[in-house]
Amino acid sequence: MKYFAIIVFSISTILANAQNGSDHGLEIANNADLADNGFESSEVKLKMILRNKQGQESTRLLETKTLELVEDGDKSLIVFNSPRDVKGTATLTFTHKQGSDDQWLYLPAVNRVKRISSDNKSGPFMGSEFAYEDLSSQEIEKYSYRFVKNEQYEGHNCAVVAQDPVDPKSGYTKRLVWYNLDEDYRLEKIEFYDRKDVLLKTLTYSDYQLYLGKHWRAGTFQMVNHQTDKQTTLIFEDYAFKTGLNAEDFSQNSLKRAGR
Amino acid sequence: MTMNRTTVWSRSGVVLCLFWLWATPTLQAQSTLEKDLQLEIELENRFFFKEGLHPGQERNYLSLGIQPELGLEWKNGDRRIQVSLFFRWDQQDNRRTHFDIRELYYQQVNDKWEWSIGFKKIFWGVTESAHLVDIINQTDQPEGFDGEQKLGQPMFQASLLTNKGTFDFFYLPYTPRRQFPGSAGRFRFPQEIERNDVSVDSDLKSWYPSFALRWSHYFGPVDVGVSNFYGVGREPLFKVDNQQVTAVYPIINQTGVDLQLTSGPMLWKFEGIYRYADFQDFTAMAVGLEYTFSNVAASGLDIGLLGEYLFDSRDDQALSNLNNDVFLGVRLAFNDTQSSELLAGTAIDLDGKGIFISAEGSRRIGDNWKMSLESRIFSGIEEDQLAFFFREDSFLLLKLSKFF
Repeated sequence: MKYFAIIVFSISTILANAQNGSDHGLEIANNADLADNGFESSEVKLKMILRNKQGQESTRLLETKTLELVEDGDKSLIVFNSPRDVKGTATLTFTHKQGSDDQWLYLPAVNRVKRISSDNKSGPFMGSEFAYEDLSSQEIEKYSYRFVKNEQYEGHNCAVVAQDPVDPKSGYTKRLVWYNLDEDYRLEKIEFYDRKDVLLKTLTYSDYQLYLGKHWRAGTFQMVNHQTDKQTTLIFEDYAFKTGLNAEDFSQNSLKRAGR
Repeated sequence: MTMNRTTVWSRSGVVLCLFWLWATPTLQAQSTLEKDLQLEIELENRFFFKEGLHPGQERNYLSLGIQPELGLEWKNGDRRIQVSLFFRWDQQDNRRTHFDIRELYYQQVNDKWEWSIGFKKIFWGVTESAHLVDIINQTDQPEGFDGEQKLGQPMFQASLLTNKGTFDFFYLPYTPRRQFPGSAGRFRFPQEIERNDVSVDSDLKSWYPSFALRWSHYFGPVDVGVSNFYGVGREPLFKVDNQQVTAVYPIINQTGVDLQLTSGPMLWKFEGIYRYADFQDFTAMAVGLEYTFSNVAASGLDIGLLGEYLFDSRDDQALSNLNNDVFLGVRLAFNDTQSSELLAGTAIDLDGKGIFISAEGSRRIGDNWKMSLESRIFSGIEEDQLAFFFREDSFLLLKLSKFF
């Protein structure tokens, strides 16, 4: 009976801890989300450098526009500027907090707008080490959270939170995310674990800059695939916030205009 | 280049110049003028597996294509001038050697309104094996048998965004006529057809004005478009008597509907038209689906399966030859650094009057080159089919493109 009581006690402690871990993990993610609230809209130029195992590089240039929404997920427009054969190709994405995102693709050679399936979460974006899900708008509702530990990372106090994707089509069982507790919960590192729960990729953020006294943006994203030894670097340039974009700038007409 | 093309160029040129005069002060006032110049040059060879049916036809057609583009943008892209020209030189077929103004327009955006004037390309529709609803631009016939390439269309376009969808209005003052292959060209009828011998069924000829309206919207997973076109039909009406082909562009009214339901990896597609002309009225539809297995075995490969059914009440007179056919296709996207992709498919006539096979693939080489392969194969085409004239025209095309 005594043992039974101990067992019950232990189980409830574990459960309570798990509950706390989940609450605390969610709290951190919420704080991070809150800390970046209110950018309204942003525009940025992006250089993507793909590097294979042998160190050969190829470069892509993109431009993205984002419209912050509170009730629903953000809207974004991405335009490809290079390689030249895909120049003018553009995508329009309406992220939703629940359910599938809406996505349209513009093909400049035939002036055609196509609604495409947003089901492909885990596939590579433009042949890079970034999956579509790594680059889509990070909505709180898309993961469940578990606080793991606090630790020092690169001289900062960080909280490590495990995030399990809600969507079964995700390519990951979990992500481990390092939130910087000294600098408004900005992200420092993410480890991605594949479907077999083996470490697949590590994303590190660097060259942080503070915009409008509130919004931390990393100038460099470095993604390393541990299973293939391939790497992709994203370099962000000319960040602009509160650029006056509105819903009309994220229509199919504006998708066609952004392409060409 | 024909006289008609020159005339339309000069008339539209006047309108464009007026816009230039009006736009120029704004242009100077804005310091942030963005220029964008690009050039694509492609070298291709079409190899036909068999000798042609007609004397003068060759087996190999070497050809060069040049496409310069200039974009000028100011006021954060709310004002724009876009120029895209196309020039094709063909070693054998002098009719395939041609020039076209694909785009030459001024565009202005005022909040929910978008206005354009000049030559533009407009695409409507959702299905892959047939483009029934798509009607604004004339087909650039010598460019490809499949009719995917279009000639620039002079127009005035107004587009209004509302919370009830997007409304587009088009005024099309002039209709370019199709070019047909020359005597040395492939994909031709027994006798040569002169572009200007195919008349428009009106005294105004190509200047008979056309109008179009389109409403498009999306509701969650559903994208819908409803359109109406009145004016010069883009497709000539062919009559075949004793191997003699005569043709005319009728004045038509066409109502079209296109619909897509996007449900997870599955796309459901529908296009339907009803076209009315004095000599002919008909309905046609394409209904299909596309299912994509994405990132197969975490390799990055996407495999898309396509199935479409095509119906045309014109039966054997359908220009597309897709009157009661099933199209089955597979699309591979490797999502690699070179953006390798392949689309292969076959259209099977359910009345047993022939099979058509097509395949096209491409791969980038380095940063600025691209290699493409394309093949079209006709098999067992029956005598009463329009494509019977092309039964020996199966080919393989190899293309190398350089982007500047």
